[in-house]
Amino acid sequence: MISSLIYLLSAFLIVISIDCMSSPYRAVRGYYISAVAMGLALITCIATNINYNAHLITAALLAGGGIGIWFALRVELSALPQMVALLNGIGGLSSSLLMWCVATHSHINFIIVLCFVIGLITFSGSMVAFAKLHGWMHRNLSWTKWLSLILFVLLCFVTWFYIENDGAGFHALVTIVLLLGICLTMPIGGADMPVVISLLNSFSGWAVVLVGLLSGDLLLIITGTLVGTSGTILSYIMSKAMNRPLLKIIWPKKIQKKQEDNTDGIAKKGSPEEAAFIMSNARKIIIVPGFGMAAAHAQQALKSMTDILSKKYGVDVKYAIHPVAGRMPGHMNVLLAEAQVPYENVYSMADINSEFASADVAYVIGANDVTNPVAKTEVNSPLYGMPILDVEKAKTIFFVKRSLGTGYSGVDNPLFYAPNTIMLLGDAKTITEEIVKDME
Amino acid sequence: METIYLLTILILAAFLGYFTVWRVSPSLHAPLMSATNAISGLVVLGAIIVAGNTNNPEILTISLMAVFLGILNLVGGLVVTLRMLELFKKKDNRKND
Repeated sequence: MISSLIYLLSAFLIVISIDCMSSPYRAVRGYYISAVAMGLALITCIATNINYNAHLITAALLAGGGIGIWFALRVELSALPQMVALLNGIGGLSSSLLMWCVATHSHINFIIVLCFVIGLITFSGSMVAFAKLHGWMHRNLSWTKWLSLILFVLLCFVTWFYIENDGAGFHALVTIVLLLGICLTMPIGGADMPVVISLLNSFSGWAVVLVGLLSGDLLLIITGTLVGTSGTILSYIMSKAMNRPLLKIIWPKKIQKKQEDNTDGIAKKGSPEEAAFIMSNARKIIIVPGFGMAAAHAQQALKSMTDILSKKYGVDVKYAIHPVAGRMPGHMNVLLAEAQVPYENVYSMADINSEFASADVAYVIGANDVTNPVAKTEVNSPLYGMPILDVEKAKTIFFVKRSLGTGYSGVDNPLFYAPNTIMLLGDAKTITEEIVKDME
Repeated sequence: METIYLLTILILAAFLGYFTVWRVSPSLHAPLMSATNAISGLVVLGAIIVAGNTNNPEILTISLMAVFLGILNLVGGLVVTLRMLELFKKKDNRKND
């Protein structure tokens, strides 16, 4: 009875801790609340449920915890998205291993198999996501989506066979599920990555819910549901922000790269000195970071540029973050926080979009599709309907990009050829550093 | 009856999650994901219960692996979350300076 009460308490505390994330000032407090809650649940569980093998379990806990801490402390901040993907996959594998145990010593039912399958799909899917985020895998194979359809049909059949024959065909089940996870994540990449990570995150949550349903454990049901809804809501927010329904992200069409020559006009190319001159004479600058900033590790240079602009020239500098900028939800915010950009200067799309009209300069660094005005005007464009940052309303627009190529969507950005746009072609970090040098 | 009771809890928790998660500030979506990732490591509790009540060597081995991976997920996720939140916290101190 007492242990159930403690579980309930920790479930309550975990809900509170997520609520604390509504403000960055309370978030750290919330974090400690959740850490205490989980510790409490863990200690209670160890104290009341271990009848055999105490030493082995302690060893496993210490080894796992130690490696977890070691890994998490060692990983670089720029590698956080893949770290989250990796840990997520590990959690999924853990739930499916648990289900394997349950399946070996009790009667197999549908929920056991479902939980096993979800956990294992989370595992193999997360490993692919990890490999992609880590740069080990570059190609997005769109044909595997057909394979996953076949595998899904096979999976239904094997699941039925497995339950009917009480455990026969286990190896086939494992193979099919692992392959299914791989084939489902294979076609997705680039800017769709935040959606995949959130989806896999919610999967691992639902797996925990199923574990809770099987064991009648309220703590697991409540916390698992929290994880599941959080992942689902995040995927919804991300896919909404890209104007692509979830199904289209999981089932992508082959992206056709448009020919470069069907755009009229010539892009103006500028130099860092020019940019430094214009920006130091501006009154208000809005910086729009994208994945390119993360890839070039340009956030520190950007921060020095902001400091000089605001301290030496008295310019009002703000940051505008599109919901899908980067490779995981909130990616840009973390990177800017790492560079110690004050939280008050970082705005979400809804809060800042009206301010572009009064801005002298929009400094777009490593972002493209999220600024493309085609999303408002051309009904036939794949971007149509996507909420964008109204960069085109600024007096002068600087695009820091590696080339004039298209963004992830493959749609040309007419903004490059606008009369008030100046392209700064090159590495985001180098260019920003040169601007800083010229300003000093 | 038991199943209905558990499903009721599930549905109520889903509402709770829905309203709590929508309140989370978009700038904290990355730590939110990492924190929920750590929370899903609580599956380790189930693994401990299985491992602590079995004599079967096969089940013991698998459940110990589940314990190992589950706690790795939990602790690793917590540390990653803390590292992200620390980044946001640092600036508060600077602001007060």
